[in-house]
Amino acid sequence: MVGSVAMTAADPPPYEHDHDAARHAVETVWRMESARLVAGIARLVRDVGVAEEIAQDALLIALERWPREGVPGNPGAWLMATAKHRAVDLLRRRTRYEDKLGELGRDLRARQEAEPDLDDALDDHIGDDMLRLVFTACHPVLSTEARVALTLRLLCGLTTEEIARAFLVPEPTVGQRVVRAKRTLAAKRVRFELPAPEELAARLASVLEVVYLVFNEGYSATAGDDWVRPSLCEEAMRLGRVLAGLVPDEPEAHGLVALMEIQASRIPARIGPSGEPILLLDQDRRRWDRLLVRHGLAALARAEALGGGPYTLQAAIAACHARAARAEDTDWERIAALYRVLAHVSPSPVVELNRAVAVGMAAGPAEGLRIADALAGERALASYPQLPAVRGDLLARLGRTEEARREFERAAALTRNERERAVFLARAAAC
Amino acid sequence: MRYLVLLEAAQPDTPPPPDLMEAIAKLGEEAVGAGVLLDTAGLAPSAAGSRVRLAGGSLSVTDGPFAEAKEMISYALYEVRSKEEVVEWTSRFVRLHRDLWAGWEGDARILKVFGPEDFGPPA
Repeated sequence: MVGSVAMTAADPPPYEHDHDAARHAVETVWRMESARLVAGIARLVRDVGVAEEIAQDALLIALERWPREGVPGNPGAWLMATAKHRAVDLLRRRTRYEDKLGELGRDLRARQEAEPDLDDALDDHIGDDMLRLVFTACHPVLSTEARVALTLRLLCGLTTEEIARAFLVPEPTVGQRVVRAKRTLAAKRVRFELPAPEELAARLASVLEVVYLVFNEGYSATAGDDWVRPSLCEEAMRLGRVLAGLVPDEPEAHGLVALMEIQASRIPARIGPSGEPILLLDQDRRRWDRLLVRHGLAALARAEALGGGPYTLQAAIAACHARAARAEDTDWERIAALYRVLAHVSPSPVVELNRAVAVGMAAGPAEGLRIADALAGERALASYPQLPAVRGDLLARLGRTEEARREFERAAALTRNERERAVFLARAAAC
Repeated sequence: MRYLVLLEAAQPDTPPPPDLMEAIAKLGEEAVGAGVLLDTAGLAPSAAGSRVRLAGGSLSVTDGPFAEAKEMISYALYEVRSKEEVVEWTSRFVRLHRDLWAGWEGDARILKVFGPEDFGPPA
């Protein structure tokens, strides 16, 4: 029903008797267009908070009109034109913007005269506008949590309620984060612009971090009863692909897409019939999503051709698993070597722990355990369940079952994910 | 969630207008840019294909063309948040045909690809 009416622009009001369907149509277009809308308007008003309000106003107008008048032929352009008019109206009404208004009004008028179709002008800038929005939402003046909330809100068009549900936090908390983030951006006078060339690498890292954090929250839910929340993974992958399209020459944007796609290809095989997690080496690889593997490997090739970086290296490691038809075909030596490079480029205790696993497979559990044991005093890993879990596995393979059991019990006590706890306890019981 | 869109129409007498092809390419670029279009391609007339059939316990292979009134023209594979979203992308695609190829008629069938969301762990 929605499809058949959306296609015919000149048709009579289609939703007269079906307001739910109309609402759905409006919400769908909003989801698809809100980022471009906010980005385009933010370039006019130079404030993402104000831009979002204006975009929301346009949405309300659509909700009121489309059910009566039908969905316009080009709903995105309609929303953009409506929001643009609201932007100009709003600036006119705000006396404290008076000076700016004169400037902007003149600017707008001048451009309208020079370029008869402002919509086209907005369209031409949309790539840059989106990129400005990405960099603003992920600005380093904001806390990581604030960046995540603002990104999901402004770039993915998620509601506060949806973000709260995805991250298992109360809705008011997310609302507060968004409000405070916008306030911080205004207070710190963060300009709606692209980073200077010398800042680009650090600013991009801040963006990629947010995207990967969202992905990981979906891929290995840190808390709660679910082991994976695929929709959050998809959200992150979509965002990653958008980003890679906006900065096609940045190797790490492609590297992150590759990493997420290859990891996500395992989602269909990561959950057993009763919802329990199935670890990589035990998965039925025939259930891996081949399309995502193919996509991921293509993105990896692009990233490597452009020079790579830490995400690219992690994707290369994931690709070693993706290329092995059976777990026993895994090229653990290559994985261990890639971890060594990764530890050099981007040293961290977690990387070192993963290297311990790879070395444990390539050169034997004793070698792996030596690396894992060296991490015992790491404060960053003090409450990280994977450290005892990895040690437990290596100890078990060395026949030191009593120590192994204690490690698995420790891992079970540390994890906040119920599904994961059950796996650790089962391993402890098997020792 | 993933959807397969199959465009079906009578085999046209003339090739599609260049403007339409350009507009389709632009829309495809937009959908790739939005991170939702995973794959798409045009399909050759069924004369270039075959059918393998199992009936009464025996296999038979038949070369095209087939007698159906409609041909499969193209496919697209989307990864989107909801059915409404793929309906919207598909509507944009079909609308281009209306606006740029006078008299063209056809169907775009939207099929959901099973995904993890269809096999959630029991509550």
